[in-house]
Amino acid sequence: MTLVAEQASVSRIMFQVLAALVPAIAVYVWYFGPAILVQIGLASAAALASEAVMLRLRRYPVQPFLRDGSALVTAWLIALSFPPLAPWWLTVTATVFAIVVAKHLYGGLGNNLFNPAMVGYAVAIISFPLQMTRWSAPTALAAAPLGFADQAAYIFGGGLPAGLGLDAVTLATPLDTLKTHLALGETAADILTMPVFGLLGGQGGEIISLAYIMGGVWLWRQQVITWHVPVMFLATVAVMAAAFHAANPAQYAGAPLHLASGATMIGAFFILTDPVSSPTTPLGKLVYAGGAGVLTYVIRVWGGYPDGVAFATLLMNLAAPMIELHTQPRVYGQRASRKGGGEKP
Amino acid sequence: MRKLHSFSGGIHPPEHKERSTREPIAAAPLPPRLIVPLQQHAGTVADPLVRVGDKVLKGQPLAPALGPVSAATHAPTSGTVTGLAPHPAPHPSGLLSLCAVIEADGEDRWTERVPLDWRQADPRAVIDRLRDAGVVGLGGAAFPTAVKARANGRPVEILLLNGGECEPYITCDDMLMRERAPEIFRGIRILRHLTGAREVVVGIEDNKPEAIAAMEAAARASGLTAEVVAVPTLYPAGGEKQLIRVVTGREVPSGGLPLDAGVVCFNVATAHAVQRAVESGEPMVSRVVTVTGNVHAPRNYECLLGTPVGDLAALAGPAADTDGYIMGGPLMGFPVPSGNVPVVKATNCVIASSEALFPKPPPPMPCIRCGRCAEVCPASLQPMDLFWFAKAHNLEKAEAYSLFDCIECGCCDYVCPSHIPLVQYYKFAKGEIRSMKQEKEAADRARRRHEFRQFRQEREKQERAARLASRAPGAKKATARAEALAESQEGE
Repeated sequence: MTLVAEQASVSRIMFQVLAALVPAIAVYVWYFGPAILVQIGLASAAALASEAVMLRLRRYPVQPFLRDGSALVTAWLIALSFPPLAPWWLTVTATVFAIVVAKHLYGGLGNNLFNPAMVGYAVAIISFPLQMTRWSAPTALAAAPLGFADQAAYIFGGGLPAGLGLDAVTLATPLDTLKTHLALGETAADILTMPVFGLLGGQGGEIISLAYIMGGVWLWRQQVITWHVPVMFLATVAVMAAAFHAANPAQYAGAPLHLASGATMIGAFFILTDPVSSPTTPLGKLVYAGGAGVLTYVIRVWGGYPDGVAFATLLMNLAAPMIELHTQPRVYGQRASRKGGGEKP
Repeated sequence: MRKLHSFSGGIHPPEHKERSTREPIAAAPLPPRLIVPLQQHAGTVADPLVRVGDKVLKGQPLAPALGPVSAATHAPTSGTVTGLAPHPAPHPSGLLSLCAVIEADGEDRWTERVPLDWRQADPRAVIDRLRDAGVVGLGGAAFPTAVKARANGRPVEILLLNGGECEPYITCDDMLMRERAPEIFRGIRILRHLTGAREVVVGIEDNKPEAIAAMEAAARASGLTAEVVAVPTLYPAGGEKQLIRVVTGREVPSGGLPLDAGVVCFNVATAHAVQRAVESGEPMVSRVVTVTGNVHAPRNYECLLGTPVGDLAALAGPAADTDGYIMGGPLMGFPVPSGNVPVVKATNCVIASSEALFPKPPPPMPCIRCGRCAEVCPASLQPMDLFWFAKAHNLEKAEAYSLFDCIECGCCDYVCPSHIPLVQYYKFAKGEIRSMKQEKEAADRARRRHEFRQFRQEREKQERAARLASRAPGAKKATARAEALAESQEGE
């Protein structure tokens, strides 16, 4: 062990990620109300509780692992990818599944093959598609916006104030709206004039995306993430969207919409950048992020779901070890980059 | 102006060099007792030439060089050999090494010193002088200089002098260059003569402006066409492989030598020792060591080899809360088991440590594959994968991922947020692989010998049978009988 070291630690990295999410959370509350804070609280509690139980079961010391902040990162990412009015049991189940199965049953911190938050999301959207597609209307657009108490009551009890139906408080997401109305034969240009859309993407949602960029750039400056994954993912999504839009503007929305809507920005800076489940080599990161960009666009346009970031992430997680193997950089003194586990010298 | 290149990765640890460069090099006083390991170099070591009770003079050989890769060891001062026994060696393991213990008589009398006119002498004689004077690389690897200077008879394009000294705390080469640049250049001349190099380049990190200036002045005065190059300060720019890449743009091939890239590289202090050995006839019995850390008066001392580390550190006034000594720097050095461990040819620095100066790291967390280690690795390795394989004892994979290209610089350790002692894992894996290879070689040798023995026995049987058959009158019958006999014997 060297006698001197940088002031670095796992918990510092995790708390920096949480800090980078705060601007987006603040914008989220501004546009959609405080329900998201309830979700974050629920997910955090569920994550820490299941982590503590799993650590005990696996006979690991609960401290320092519980304090390292990694469970909280998973929890916050789940909360931010779920509808803010998701029932409490849905959030809790997904978080518990993420921590127990996707993280600890694969070996715990540093050993998860898949992004735990995305596993939680996938389990939820496949098992409870109805609840997972009931997204809140932005407060500005809702017919009858709910206050904090009413939102909390819905999350925990499922009941709405008298006289209000779900239609009054929920609204299809921008990407969902796009997909549905394109299928109805409307042109992309017409769809984008609907009130759910703002300047580039969804109303409110596009500002949250902006806040994710701010947080993500700060993480890059702090050397918590490198530029490879965000830049390549965003570039791939943009290029694919722009290409199809150029070929058929009526049928395909352009790059600005795809970049500003859905989970593009949180995916680029916070989800795909999970170091454990993504390749470690620079070229590997580019391949991984490029593949995720392609898959995201494909699922959005031709797949069964309005957004494809979660499944794109999980599919690329599967490919990550092979990508790493084939993108080993050239070692000093060796001629070409050798396959890491392949030929002998 | 020479175009400089860069190496990948590297770190900028705090330097802590200022305190030990305020004073010039001081001569350490003669210690009463010296503990001299017979092996202070890479390669083979011979049996001692002296016995307990012998009186020795300063510079008298204690053990000669033995074999193609070796160097001699000498008595650092005049006195009596009072012991010849295993003693804790300056090595992280604390294993014992055969040492000659010399009780100094206080007179510090030299044995006969014979200068060698290297310009007129046969180059082989100059090489032998380096070998018999015990000159080894003073940058830390202690490789016999005679072997390197001979360059195996192969052509050398560039003679590179390493004045990098990139590790924090260490300043012995800095001070040596500031104070003895002309002598260093006289040594460089000799090395150029021996290697036949076309170009001579001195690489010095740019955090040493006084040393650069002194060496530039000495280069001009020496009449030797030599270029003094300031390289950007970045650990480990003073590593041989990295310095060669920065200064020449060439890389040492994996598993090869700098010679394969047409380069031979010597530490500046080694050049100084070459000058002393050849022109003054003085074998290597002392070196400059930086004494620093938790001390009141850090400084560089020229001290005798064999000086106990505790005696040397005492000169600088260790603070009351000193809890041990580090031999080397804070990134590649190691704690010595006691103050009785001696200074040897590879010792460039002694750091007095304390809990405040070097706090204990927190317990290691699992690797989160953050990739910081790979970002800083100067060999462009994937340290997190090497750790993964070493931990799983998957030695084959570790070797396939270029484990042996690791220079153990500690950059990965330095940045790891999980505080994993990575270099320890690599050293462990390398050791396991080496001992497995040794065992395999021994087993292969045994198998080949066994097979040859069987073949030889079979051949002898057939020869015997043939001889019996040719002597008997009823040759045919007898041959058949002999053959049958031989066959039945073979079955046993």
